[in-house]
Amino acid sequence: MAETVIEAKGLVKKYGDLEAVAGIDLEVHPGEIFGFLGPNGAGKSTTISMLCTLLAPTAGAARVAGVDVVHDPAAVRQRIGLVFQDPSLDDQLTARENLEFHAFIYSVPSPERRRRIDEMLDMMQLTDRASSQVKTFSGGMKRRLEIARGMLHQPQILFLDEPTLGLDPQTRKSIWTHLNELRGTKGVTIFMTTHYMDEAEYCDRIAIIDHGKIVALGTPDELKAMVGGDVVTITSNQPEVAAKEIKELLGVVPSGDNGTLRMEVADGKSFVPRVVRELTAQVETVSLRRPSLDDVFLKLTGRAIREEEVSTRNFNRQMASRWMGRRR
Amino acid sequence: MSVETAAKPVVTAEPSAMVDTRTASMRAVYIIWYRDILRYWRDTWRLVASLAQPLLFLVVFGSGLSSSLGGAFGRGTGISYIQFMYPGIIGMSILFTAIFGAMSIVWDREFGFLKEVLVAPIDRWAVAIGKALGGTTQAMIQGLILLVLAPFVGVKLNLLTLFELVPLAAVLAFGLASFGVAIASMMKSLQGFQVVMNFLMMPMFFLSGALFPLTNLPAWMTWLTRINPASYGIDPIRRVVLANSGAVNVDSLGLTINSHVLAIPLEAGIMLAFGAVLLGVAVVMFQRRD
Repeated sequence: MAETVIEAKGLVKKYGDLEAVAGIDLEVHPGEIFGFLGPNGAGKSTTISMLCTLLAPTAGAARVAGVDVVHDPAAVRQRIGLVFQDPSLDDQLTARENLEFHAFIYSVPSPERRRRIDEMLDMMQLTDRASSQVKTFSGGMKRRLEIARGMLHQPQILFLDEPTLGLDPQTRKSIWTHLNELRGTKGVTIFMTTHYMDEAEYCDRIAIIDHGKIVALGTPDELKAMVGGDVVTITSNQPEVAAKEIKELLGVVPSGDNGTLRMEVADGKSFVPRVVRELTAQVETVSLRRPSLDDVFLKLTGRAIREEEVSTRNFNRQMASRWMGRRR
Repeated sequence: MSVETAAKPVVTAEPSAMVDTRTASMRAVYIIWYRDILRYWRDTWRLVASLAQPLLFLVVFGSGLSSSLGGAFGRGTGISYIQFMYPGIIGMSILFTAIFGAMSIVWDREFGFLKEVLVAPIDRWAVAIGKALGGTTQAMIQGLILLVLAPFVGVKLNLLTLFELVPLAAVLAFGLASFGVAIASMMKSLQGFQVVMNFLMMPMFFLSGALFPLTNLPAWMTWLTRINPASYGIDPIRRVVLANSGAVNVDSLGLTINSHVLAIPLEAGIMLAFGAVLLGVAVVMFQRRD
């Protein structure tokens, strides 16, 4: 596919000496769900902000929906939909009023306005709550309303910054169902950031970003193929002995900690019996699985996306919303 | 979940008909104003609570001072202190509502909604103007509602008075709402806005002639009351409200410069100019911030 809706060349954003984004090149095709995956502070939000014209790049260029982001930001904004990381609804207004406000400032022609609002409410399954004030909505409903809002002016691309952050797994799944439906019926291109590995699997293509640079780009399967075969994990009460023996007898270098050893092998099914047979160190458990994106990330960066970063942030967010709830 | 949609529909979403930014911005002024009014009507408690303060002033403060001053007040103008104070309280109501109305900008920034407005493909001046007009309308309503109390304080109003009062209340409300929006455009936190506002709002109120005549004051105070823009908005309201109350020479209690009484249109013009300048400041501030 030669056609592109997003094209970035050498995008850089510096804050003083700190290089938040250190030269990013990417192309996104029409109708794709493109995921931007990386830990907090990797430069995901900065990149998406530059593509959405919320931040001016220090260097480099980008065209979004055929328009240069530096040259004509207003035209870019008219052609894209945005769902921010932090909530941005007026929760004193009803769902419908929030949508009407958006339709108005994005110049949706008045005969179209009502029809599109009804359509989006229906798609996001919010029709029965259209006249309720947003402050009565759950986190998932608010997110769905924000997605509906972002689609009202019929953008070519919908940008979502961490759209499922802080939502429970079931709600996250339903957001994904809705995003897929949107892509299916509206043909909209979806560009999103996430640090949930399991979510990245739903994307057509993923760019893994670390320290402001793209370290890998491809379909989830292509990326997983980089790991090479299967991932075998064993636990042992003599991990040092086991690690030494695996290296010497089986020719594989394991990594791991706390008595858990992890290795990547070409053919896991035949490897497991050899481990059990040939090791003199006692093996307590063995597991074999296909590589996940976590493994890809680990291989590329030498570390895992740590879950505690995520949970601290969720905690802060929950506290903030509790406080807000009281104040309002 | 079936995510592997093999055949992607290449129905590229049609971009909305491009509208020129100026038309879009005018429309945005309207919807930003409308949202403020919608929220104002919806917040019944705020409406009720904002009437409590002027009532408290009139009933407690006004009655208390009125009876202790007795006939000593007004020096032969024929009005009681409570009658004098009544238009001042209308002015106070407008002043507080207009300035606090601007707090919604800081509030929106804190809770994210401002982002939705600022990223829209519209010019930033639309945000400043929409907000200033929203504050103006709320403050005007809040002030004019108090006219229902006129019979209780012995002030007679007629239709002509009403016609004169609406634009005067609008001008005062506009001046102060623009002032509030200008301050809010520079403030990043609610706390900061509240501190700055209290620091400016109370002196503005006390020195506006709402509570006491602006004549025979110490020199430093005379000077301060004359540079206070609120004085130029409250004085004409008083003169119009008290015009039919059998008061004689009521202008002498108000704003004079070198013992000259200013014409009402001039006072309104000063207020309007003040509002226009501060709205200009707000527009510049909105355009500058990222």
